[in-house]
Amino acid sequence: MSLAAGVTPSPLLAADPPCYARSVNAWICPEYVEKYAPELVDATVQHVYLTVTSVALGLVLAVALALFARNRPRMRSLLMGSTTIVYTIPSLAMFSLLAQATGLSPTTVIVGLGLYSLAILVRNVLAGLDAVPDEVIEAATGLGYGRLRLLTRVEAPLATPIVMAGLRVATVSTVAMVTLGTIVAYGGLGNMLANGIDDSFKAQVLTTSVLCVVLAVLLDLVLVAFTRLVTPWTRGVAT
Amino acid sequence: MNELGEAVAFLLDPASWSGNDGLGKQLVEQALLTVTALLVVALVGLPLGLWLGHRGRGGTFAINVSNVGRAIPVFAVLALLSLGPVGTDVLGPYGRAGMATLIALVLFGLPPVITNAYVGVREVDPEVVEAARGTGMSEWQVFGKVELPLAARLVANGVRLAVVQLWATATIAALVAGPGLGNTITYGFSNNTYRYVIGGAILVALGALVLEGIAALVERAVDPMRRVSGSGHDGLVHTPQIASPSTDTATTGS
Repeated sequence: MSLAAGVTPSPLLAADPPCYARSVNAWICPEYVEKYAPELVDATVQHVYLTVTSVALGLVLAVALALFARNRPRMRSLLMGSTTIVYTIPSLAMFSLLAQATGLSPTTVIVGLGLYSLAILVRNVLAGLDAVPDEVIEAATGLGYGRLRLLTRVEAPLATPIVMAGLRVATVSTVAMVTLGTIVAYGGLGNMLANGIDDSFKAQVLTTSVLCVVLAVLLDLVLVAFTRLVTPWTRGVAT
Repeated sequence: MNELGEAVAFLLDPASWSGNDGLGKQLVEQALLTVTALLVVALVGLPLGLWLGHRGRGGTFAINVSNVGRAIPVFAVLALLSLGPVGTDVLGPYGRAGMATLIALVLFGLPPVITNAYVGVREVDPEVVEAARGTGMSEWQVFGKVELPLAARLVANGVRLAVVQLWATATIAALVAGPGLGNTITYGFSNNTYRYVIGGAILVALGALVLEGIAALVERAVDPMRRVSGSGHDGLVHTPQIASPSTDTATTGS
């Protein structure tokens, strides 16, 4: 395991196999990262693309459905019930069933993960809208705000912190679940992970695993920063 | 939808269920994995989460364990375990890579149980706990007669989330040549036999829904507050107030 760390390759030992060679197969291997950089970058780009598209799809649907159902109690429980059921279905089964309609394509992964994001986000959009105090809505209405202006200027900003909390959860879990898209050949870093397993390629498995977690943390930080930027009034208050 | 018909025929054919790589063996493996991991998760996670909640300590850990769990791909953990020292040896009735799968299941089942047990106990009105102490209850009585009953629904909700998570994780084990029903799906994909893919997926989804249904009934049954009044128990998943409203979907990458 320590082969990669200290030893600097000397010309005399040029014949030494690199740490990613089959005979060495080290877990930690900086040379692997160097040699496979283009593949790793491509896989990461696909991973980000699949994550962002899925969560964006989930957010758009969640906002639309929440706005439609929020003042209709029966629609509301129907929406909550159906999203709970969607969330219960294991992703491997979800991708397999969707693949019958959309084939081995990125669409299968995006629709599947979009549905999971929707299940998380619809709760937070509803909770965010519920959290807007009635007095604020009355005050705005009294000032002559119409329904659209009330929504965009008053309710949406006040709901943002709770919606963003849901967006963070959805994004982080989507980054992890994209890996399973490899079942339909679109799994971002998950594709390299799967190849690594097939070849017992330790450096590839560890590197791609670590990259997945790093990606989740980075996207989470971006969302935290964005939330602070758009909700300056919450600063100093625990989120 | 001819393929759907073929998938149903595949599921109804007794021959599909028999044999060493039949659905029967895979279903038993997956059910055994889920139940075994659930026992370990409950035995370890419930006391830990409840104790932390009662003591009011370790909140950062109890909450963040779910956030961390969510960021780590199940698939990666299964891969690391099976390529590492745990290996892919057959573990009795649990099948190939049984030990690696069990460890991964426990790791992903624990976070929702710990977080919800902690949040459940912490959410109990401090004034009620204070009053119970004032009447001379011992710490055990405060915990057993006040905190636990009031936290029961949220604690049970954590176990319910864990059950769904365990079943989903057990399905993924097939991607690392592990046991369980995922094998029918992966076999179908690699051989372009879509009746296996659809049949396996239907079985996995049905299993998840049945488990979720049972867990939801148990969750309702253990809640001593269910008969007090209809208010506050609208059949929706209860939402812990300490963290974001989305903690109740604390499941990780499934």
